[in-house]
Amino acid sequence: MTLLSNASALLGKELRTEFRSRELLPTTVVFIFIVIALFSITFHPTTSESQRLGPGLLWVAFLFAASLMLQPCFLREQNNDTLSALRLSVKDPFAIFFAKLAANTFFLLLTELLMLPFFAGFFNVHILSVFPQLVLVFFLGSLGIAIPGTAFSAISAQARMRELMLPLLLLPLLTPVLIASTEATAALLEANPALPLGGLGILIAFDIVFLTALWLFGEYLLEE
Amino acid sequence: MTPPAFSPIGIRLENIEKRYGGLYALRRVSLEVAAGECVVLAGRNGSGKTTLLRVAAGLVRPSFGTLSFLDGSGARVAMASPAGFVAHATMVYDELTAEENLLLFARLQGIAEPAARAEALLAEVSLLERRSSLVRTFSRGMRQRVAIARALLNEPPILLLDEPATGLDPQGVTWFAETLRRIRDVGRTVLMSLHGESEISALATRAIRLDAGVVVADTRTGANLHSILTFAGA
Repeated sequence: MTLLSNASALLGKELRTEFRSRELLPTTVVFIFIVIALFSITFHPTTSESQRLGPGLLWVAFLFAASLMLQPCFLREQNNDTLSALRLSVKDPFAIFFAKLAANTFFLLLTELLMLPFFAGFFNVHILSVFPQLVLVFFLGSLGIAIPGTAFSAISAQARMRELMLPLLLLPLLTPVLIASTEATAALLEANPALPLGGLGILIAFDIVFLTALWLFGEYLLEE
Repeated sequence: MTPPAFSPIGIRLENIEKRYGGLYALRRVSLEVAAGECVVLAGRNGSGKTTLLRVAAGLVRPSFGTLSFLDGSGARVAMASPAGFVAHATMVYDELTAEENLLLFARLQGIAEPAARAEALLAEVSLLERRSSLVRTFSRGMRQRVAIARALLNEPPILLLDEPATGLDPQGVTWFAETLRRIRDVGRTVLMSLHGESEISALATRAIRLDAGVVVADTRTGANLHSILTFAGA
C-alpha cells in the first residue's frame, strides 16, 4: 500500500510538472511528425510499401523520440537535488521508478496516439478497424521502451557525456522491442489484419523481465 | 515553533570512510553528536563536510564504518533516517507551488494530515500568503524557507544542514538564525556545515573542523570555537 500510495503521489507530480512546463510532449510530437512527413514526402511510398516499411519507420521514430523524452527524466531531479529529497521521503525506492516509468509510458503512448492519424494520412493506411489492437501493441511497446529507458536514465544522469550515454545504452537493448512491435504493427496494417501472438508474447516477456530486474536492483541505481 | 513531537536523538559515526574511486572523501571519521547538541562542521572546500552530512542523512553509503543513532541516555536506537536534511540545493520542485511541494513530501512520508501540516509549516516560515506561487518565482531566501519547511515536515529529531546560509542576504541570514535558534531550543539535534563566523555559528554549542576527510579539531577536546570557525592555526 505504501508503494502504491507513494507511486501515485509521485505520478501526480510527474504529470503536473510536465503539463505545467510542457517540455517533453511538444518536442517529441514535433520530432515524430517531422520524421513521418519527411519520409513520406521524400519516398512517396506505394500502399504496399507503406504497409511493409511504414511500421518500421514509425517505431524507429518512436524509439528516437523516446530517447529524447527519457533523457531529462532523472536529470531534472538533479537540478535542485530533489532526488535526495525523494530518497529520504519514500520507504521503497521502487516507488520512484514505478511513478517515473508510468509517467514515461503514459507520455510515450499519448505521443504515439496523437501521431497515429498523421501516420495513417501520410502513408495511406487504414487504422480505424484495428485501433484497439494497435493501442494494445503501442502500450506494450511503450512499456518495453519505458522500463529500461527509465533505469538507464537514472544511470546516465550521474554519468559524464550523459546526452550520449542514454541512447548508446538504450537503443541496442531495445532491438527485441523494436522488432516485435514493428512486426505486430505491420501485421495489423495488412489487408487481412491479425494480432500476432508471438510478437505480443515477446513484448510481454520483455516487459516482465525488465520490470522484475528494476524492482530487484533499482535501489542501487539511485545511490550516489 | 510548534511543540515537538519527537524524542531527542543523537548521531554516532564510527570509523566512517568514504572513497570515490581512489579519492578519500572521509578517512576513518569517528564522531558522536549527543541528542540536543548544535554542532558546526567547519573546513575548507573539499574537506569532507558535505560527504559527512550525506552519510549521516543516509544518502551516501560509507565504504567502511557504521552509522547509528542514540537516544537521550546514549543508548543505540534502531531507526531509519530520522534526519531532516537541508542541502545547498533547495531539494524542492521549481514547477510546483510551495504548498504542492510540502503536500507531496508530506504524503510520501505518510504524515497523517498532510494539508494541515503543510499549512502550519508555511505559517512558520512566513510563506502562507505565497502558498500558491510556483517556487521558481521565489527569491533564494524564500526557496530556503520552503527547503526548511520540507525538512521539518515529519518532525525529525535531527536536522542536518549543508551550508544553509549560502545565497541568503543579511536579512535572510538573520531570519535563518532566529529559525535555527527555535529549532535548537525545542531539543532537535543540529549538525551543520558553515563557512566562517556568523549569527548562525553563534548558536552552536560545539564546533568540529575537518581537513582532508579527517577530524582535526573539536571544541569537545579543548579546541577553541573561534579558531575552528576562522581556520586560525590551520
